[in-house]
Amino acid sequence: MIEVHQLEKRYRDTVAVRDLSFSVPPGVVTGFLGPNGSGKSTTMRVIMGLDRPDTGTATINGRPYAELRHPLREVGALLEARAIHPGRSAANHLRFLAQTNGIPLARVDEVLDRVGLSEVARRRVGKFSLGMGQRLGIAAALLGDPGVLLFDEPVNGLDPEGILWVRNLLKGLAAEGRSVFVSSHLMSEMALTADRLVVIGRGALISEGTVEDFIATTAGTSVRVRSPRTAQLRQLLEAQGASVTDDVEALDVRGLDAAQVGEIACAAGIALHELSAQTASLEEAFMSLTSDSVEYHGRASASPVPTGRQAR
Amino acid sequence: MTTLTLGSTTPADLPVGRSRLIASEWTKLRTVRSTWWTLLAMAVVTLGVAAIAGSAVTHNWHTFSPVQRLTFDPTGITLKGLLFSQLIVGVLGVLVMSAEYGTGTIRATLAATPRRGRVLAAKAVVVGALALVAGEVLSFGAFLLGQSLLRAPAAHATLSQPGVLRAVVDGGVAVALLGLFALGLAAIVRHSAGAITTYVGVLLVLPLILQTLPTSFSQPILKFMPLHITNTVTSVVAVGIQGPSLSPWAGIGVLALDAAIAIGIGGTLLVRRDA
Ligand SMILES: Nc1ncnc2c1ncn2[C@@H]1O[C@H](COP(=O)(O)OP(=O)(O)O)[C@@H](O)[C@H]1O
Ligand SMILES: [Mg+2]
Repeated sequence: MIEVHQLEKRYRDTVAVRDLSFSVPPGVVTGFLGPNGSGKSTTMRVIMGLDRPDTGTATINGRPYAELRHPLREVGALLEARAIHPGRSAANHLRFLAQTNGIPLARVDEVLDRVGLSEVARRRVGKFSLGMGQRLGIAAALLGDPGVLLFDEPVNGLDPEGILWVRNLLKGLAAEGRSVFVSSHLMSEMALTADRLVVIGRGALISEGTVEDFIATTAGTSVRVRSPRTAQLRQLLEAQGASVTDDVEALDVRGLDAAQVGEIACAAGIALHELSAQTASLEEAFMSLTSDSVEYHGRASASPVPTGRQAR
Repeated sequence: MTTLTLGSTTPADLPVGRSRLIASEWTKLRTVRSTWWTLLAMAVVTLGVAAIAGSAVTHNWHTFSPVQRLTFDPTGITLKGLLFSQLIVGVLGVLVMSAEYGTGTIRATLAATPRRGRVLAAKAVVVGALALVAGEVLSFGAFLLGQSLLRAPAAHATLSQPGVLRAVVDGGVAVALLGLFALGLAAIVRHSAGAITTYVGVLLVLPLILQTLPTSFSQPILKFMPLHITNTVTSVVAVGIQGPSLSPWAGIGVLALDAAIAIGIGGTLLVRRDA
């Protein structure tokens, strides 16, 4: 379990993360979604005790990272930048990590086997492909058999085969009861991998909840209606609970489907010149949600209830 | 390699051993080639200088004036090559810290051991120990090799003569202390090039700058310069050395203090700064 509470992190004049609160429960994959530069890597470094927050706290199983005596046994992380000395072999990289946390050295071969690097264990890491380097990073994260795992953009630069492999790995780890926290700037990737989503933009929380909720509230369809009696129609639709925006020539209706809009117009005797369902893609929805995310920073809350907060 | 069978291990299954931070730092140090290259370079140059000095003096002894013969220091001349060990051990000490920043390994290191002071302490133990062993082996090796090439009528030294054993031992100790000083510098500077430049600056350039200043100003400072100290401690006959000097014990004390201050500042910054 990871809990982040009112976190704020500044780098000189950049506010990388502001008033960020969320939690990562065990047993599911929690996606950490936000455009590039939105503060995902910063948040993960703070959770890992590498960067010091200006205010707020981040805890793992209830304790700050610095207080963990054998951190690799509780948390494993694959951070963004490949952080392995190119002159050292894969096995030696894992060996020195194991020694710091009293992990039996037999575990090194075990995790190398798990990620499929047994055959290149003695080869220098500098000769590894991007995918192999990523696998080694994952092996390092799994070394202490931790209950909490963080992965920062783990599929970046991987081929489709590698992406599938990572996706299944993350799901498998969550199915074993671990807390899995994985960042991405791609909504489509998160939709396939994550059960829960923490969405941030410009360092502030936009939404926290299940993926289904997020999709329902953000990527939901809207209905485009054109009519000579726009104002009257709008009143009727809003009376039925729809949210309506005026799009110069047409109305953009959310909360009702095309059939319902047609029925309401017909009952009132209002002629329609256009009635069409609009489907925003997940990616478009995410982008529209985060592009002006700065206006949400005051509303981000620590609500544990999975509610997708929606852009207007 | 597309599928992955996940073991059924739960976190409780993994046996808990003792954390062995020093063993971990030793693993890091011995598993990169730069460590062995720097040690090899130290050996080649230090022993090479001793061999050249020994045989050159033997060949040219007949050209020495009586005063030169009386003040000739057979110990000091064979240990002159330690200067290069002192320079190269700086690279070793720097890389132990700066390569972690250069490659990003520092994040893995500090995530594994959040108590950062202990990380630097463990590094100091392995760097200090390796540099001390290398320094002593090379200091004794250079002395013995040089003496074996100093043939009569040229004067030569033995370890049983007064001050000789101390000079040879101190030569190795100075190498270890300078390695630790370089480690501390790298913890402060965090970049290989910057830290090595700073190290060479303190060791070689600073004394040169001081020598261009009026002696009344430079002389009281010059005796605290590492290069001046290492020259003093590896000498038995103190005639060839310019200006006032610290005693060998005080000199070693100053080198130890330099190392302690650099590591102290480096450790404080390591704990405070973002990784
Ligand atoms: N070490 C740092 N020094 C200065 N600015 C930083 C540093 N790390 C991140 N930032 C800034 O903080 C913001 C968030 O960055 P980051 O956490 O890397 O975002 P993401 O991982 O979501 O792409 C960016 O504006 C970035 O430029
Ligand atoms: Mg990032």
